[in-house]
Amino acid sequence: MGTFWNVWIIGLTLTNLVLVLWVLLANRKVAVSDQDEEENKTTGHVYDGIEEYDNPLPRWWFIMFIGTFIYAGAYLLVYPGLGSWPGLFGWTSVKELRGHQQQADARYADTFGTYANTPIEELARNPEAMKMGLRLFANNCAVCHGADGGGNYGFPNLTDHDWLYGGTPEKIKETITLGRKGAMPAWGTLMGEAGVVNVSEYVLQISGQEHDAAKAEVGAKLYAQNCVACHGADGKGNQLLGAPNLTDDIWLYGGEPQDIRTSVRFGRNGEMPAQQELLKPDRIHLLAAYVYSLSLEQD
Amino acid sequence: MKGHDIVEKNLGLMTVLIIIAISFGGLTQIVPQFFLKETTTPVEGLKPLPALVLEGRDIYIREGCHVCHTQMVRPLRAEVERYGHYSVAGEHVYEHPFLWGSKRTGPDLARVGGRYSDDWHKVHLFNPRIVVPESNMPAFPWLYDNVLDGKHTAAKMRALRRVGVPYTDEDIAGAAEAVKGISEMDALVAYLQQLGTLLKEKR
Repeated sequence: MGTFWNVWIIGLTLTNLVLVLWVLLANRKVAVSDQDEEENKTTGHVYDGIEEYDNPLPRWWFIMFIGTFIYAGAYLLVYPGLGSWPGLFGWTSVKELRGHQQQADARYADTFGTYANTPIEELARNPEAMKMGLRLFANNCAVCHGADGGGNYGFPNLTDHDWLYGGTPEKIKETITLGRKGAMPAWGTLMGEAGVVNVSEYVLQISGQEHDAAKAEVGAKLYAQNCVACHGADGKGNQLLGAPNLTDDIWLYGGEPQDIRTSVRFGRNGEMPAQQELLKPDRIHLLAAYVYSLSLEQD
Repeated sequence: MKGHDIVEKNLGLMTVLIIIAISFGGLTQIVPQFFLKETTTPVEGLKPLPALVLEGRDIYIREGCHVCHTQMVRPLRAEVERYGHYSVAGEHVYEHPFLWGSKRTGPDLARVGGRYSDDWHKVHLFNPRIVVPESNMPAFPWLYDNVLDGKHTAAKMRALRRVGVPYTDEDIAGAAEAVKGISEMDALVAYLQQLGTLLKEKR
């Protein structure tokens, strides 16, 4: 803060205090003898014969006003209010925040701290840890994956045993930390509308649903040319690429014929946001354990 | 005649004195902030909002998002723990008007950028109940149907440049082209996804 603004702030603050003090004192009636004079007894206003007494400020009010001045003076001395004066103890809101954070870190050292050094498999069987994990999950993950981890259209179910990118503790932690970006290209223009329908019929076939056998046969060739690279020759997907298994009954974007066609036509680009910049590593560790525990519960 | 009689019986004088009396607070607490280096220096990496994001911001204002969502993380542990790094003045130097808000019916959005995927935002804006069953946020389905024409984008940027936002001539020349034909949904999501991404503090 430059000298000018320093002087400006201090000057205005003190002037303000002085002026308020002056208003208080200048309008003060103290001498009781004043009251004896007729003209001082009332304000002089007369309306329909009604007059108004001009009494002095009650004493306790006056003392309270003086009290606020003392408080203001002490406040400006202790806290940073007068320009660049840092206050007697150098208080700042950020210092206070950091202090509270350090206290919290110390308090949580034997929970988050201990859990961070516990392997995920073990942590997932610790009910106390999982209670904390549940709250972390509710705060950070539930908006997409649901409060119960059951997922939603476009947001994977975490409680089944079907994993897009792998369900080992390491893989779950990697997914939370770095995020995931699904990248299914749009095939609409490449395959043409007929191709989209045919290959969708083939997907219906390998997932054991009702399908048109003739179209599926044509679709199988298209599948072999375009889809095997990610979804595999047997359609069981590839967890290294996040390509889903097409032969089971779990569908992130719906398994009805029109859903599958839409997926093929326009592609799918699901995204799990990376948490490494948002959450502390010990939180991510505990979250990974919680997500891992969700699939354990079904065993 | 006593002093306060004079004041009470001269409205003009009383008005002037009242204005002086109530201006002290603003003069000491607000005015210096327009000129202090600490409050007027942009944080590192701060750039004027690109055309599409700027249009998204105007949709945010039009739909009244700031009425229920603040964009101001206070330096309190509970808030930093939930939202991330507390807000600083340097993040808002190009904002006219600022959208700090004053009431949280929904959560603070100052650091919402990057927390959710684009798809999540679109579903959530289309109908919040689809992803957050207990949400009381209104649905904004028309954002999908409305398409930007970019007619006023350049003018908005010129106006902002006049009050100190460093848009270049190229920014302004390409503005209409950059937003034309894009849905309001995409513009709003683009705006949300960049909010508060310059400062990081792990929660």
